Amino acid sequence: MKIVVCIKQVPDTAEVKINPETNTLVRDGVPSIINPYDLHAVEAGLQLKESLGGSVTVLTMGPPQAEAALREAVSIGADDAVLLTDRAFAGSDTLATAYTLSCAVRTMGFDMILCGKQAIDGDTAQVGPEMAEFLGIPHVAYVGGFEEIAPDGLRVRRQMEDGYDIVETPLPVLLTVVRELNQPRLPSLKGKMKAKKAEIKRLSHADIGADVERLGLAGSPTQVKRIFAPEAKKERKALTGTPEEQADRLIEELRGLKCL
Amino acid sequence: MRIVVDVELCTGCETCVSSCPYDAIVMKDDKAFINEYCQLCRACLEVCPEGAIKETETAEAAAGTADRDSYSGVWVFAEQRDGRVADVALELLGAGRRLADARGSGLSAVLFGADASEAERLIHWGADRVYHAEDPIFEQFNDEPNVELLSRLIEEHRPEIVLTGATPIGRSFFPRVAARVRTGLTADCTSLEIDPETGNLLQVRPAFGGNIMATILCPASRPQMATVRPRVMKRGEYDAARTGEVLKIEAGGVTSRTRVAETIKEVSETMVNLQEADVIVAGGRGLGRPEGFEMLEELAGLLGGAVGASRAAVDEEWIPYSHQVGQTGKTVCPKVYIACGISGAVQHLVGMQSSDIIVAINKNPDAPIFNVADYAIVGDVYEVVPAIIKRLREVKGR
Repeated sequence: MKIVVCIKQVPDTAEVKINPETNTLVRDGVPSIINPYDLHAVEAGLQLKESLGGSVTVLTMGPPQAEAALREAVSIGADDAVLLTDRAFAGSDTLATAYTLSCAVRTMGFDMILCGKQAIDGDTAQVGPEMAEFLGIPHVAYVGGFEEIAPDGLRVRRQMEDGYDIVETPLPVLLTVVRELNQPRLPSLKGKMKAKKAEIKRLSHADIGADVERLGLAGSPTQVKRIFAPEAKKERKALTGTPEEQADRLIEELRGLKCL
Repeated sequence: MRIVVDVELCTGCETCVSSCPYDAIVMKDDKAFINEYCQLCRACLEVCPEGAIKETETAEAAAGTADRDSYSGVWVFAEQRDGRVADVALELLGAGRRLADARGSGLSAVLFGADASEAERLIHWGADRVYHAEDPIFEQFNDEPNVELLSRLIEEHRPEIVLTGATPIGRSFFPRVAARVRTGLTADCTSLEIDPETGNLLQVRPAFGGNIMATILCPASRPQMATVRPRVMKRGEYDAARTGEVLKIEAGGVTSRTRVAETIKEVSETMVNLQEADVIVAGGRGLGRPEGFEMLEELAGLLGGAVGASRAAVDEEWIPYSHQVGQTGKTVCPKVYIACGISGAVQHLVGMQSSDIIVAINKNPDAPIFNVADYAIVGDVYEVVPAIIKRLREVKGR
């Protein structure tokens, strides 16, 4: 079974702060990490390989430093790593990114594609399903559990707002995964050494048979017009005193506003 | 939009280089250069002591859809579960009406599954027309039949704007439609407006875990597609006398390779649905232990509200994911949101900051939650909440 896991290197947005004076992001000391959801996807790939045999290849579209993310995936057990990097990809929105990745994956061959639910910088959750559409395969989003795994199909739990569905899918299939699915393993010493020496295959746009007009900025129907900081809040009332006094004040305020 | 360094002003001090979360700023010939890995997050803009870093408009654009200007009409894809239209669809009809009026066009709803009375309901909530396909294949949600049929309708009728809820269903199948129709999709919009100059849809959404807001355009491709979270937009007016057109659509041979074998609802203790609640009492890591939620449930019960949670509490498995509020959970907009032991990380705020009134109870006076709170209570949750419960019981006479 050939399993391809798409990963993305992102800044750790949980650690990113806003400079209150300039209303811009502050980078210093914020590390680049594998998108957390993608780690769960890599782990899922490794577990599926353990059940069904085959290989796990990690693929990322990004700048040269994204290699670090690929090596991290190799250190926990991925067999091969591919870096899709090319100036032609610059300015890609989700559609162009999904197109580019699907061209690469088609060239590489696959039985299953795993993606994290969303990237913590873009937060769109679109690339996975869009890839599945370009590849003409079914997908299941928000997979939080595997009920049954077989070489010709899967039964998975698809997380919904109020519970989950059990969905059956044939292969090939693309899955996007959520954190509840598994606990990513940590790298072993051996894994880290393997990662250091791993050969990262590099692919440019010419290697993946892509239509240039559908890449990068030219292939991106959406564009960013403006970026701004979220609004800060207005007046704030501090309720002080003993817990009883605070409770009293709060209830009084809420009653005054007709909320109780 | 592009961010560029004015080489005339750049002194090569390299201050900007470390400000970029994507390492997209490099030095070339002793001047700063922003390369193609720039993600437009603007972290560098204010950092330059010489003011050399600027935003510029770009001329380049995607080729776009042929006959772009012939596309017209605002559509809302009305999600249904178990034969009932989701509330988010009604909210989108409210937003859709504004957009349609601004464009001087009509508002239609698209409904796959459910019955004629639900289609009628969409008219009463503001749709001029409903494209309704009734077919057993829509009883359970599978992506492919919805993708196939909606894409066909889009290609035939050419709406200018298509909206749906940013729900597990919407976020799963809408991207496939955008890919099939080769157009732009913007997820989780918090605001939708028509640009009076260009007539384009201005789509505002959070990014970077909610640290920044971005205005997105899809200027050349049609339709302009967007998803919106439940409780972000307001419903329009319900008009029982309103009439409109319901068009029967044949589901003509749509199939699905996936199949829903079973649906499991996770029953929780509280009866009131989180997204409809007027009052939400939410707990975070500061509760310290799962029993804290029993206390919050009691308070929620007295207030006729629901219990929410931050990601931290869900990660600790103190409460199921269905209660999670935030970037990767639900967006809520109650009248009163009481945050107990929640620090107020941006990813949580994104899910609740449009609540009418926010009350924050936290031991730490510097917790960021206090920046968005209307009422700030610095104290121990295990002292304050019982005090509130006690006082409420007295006041309510039970």
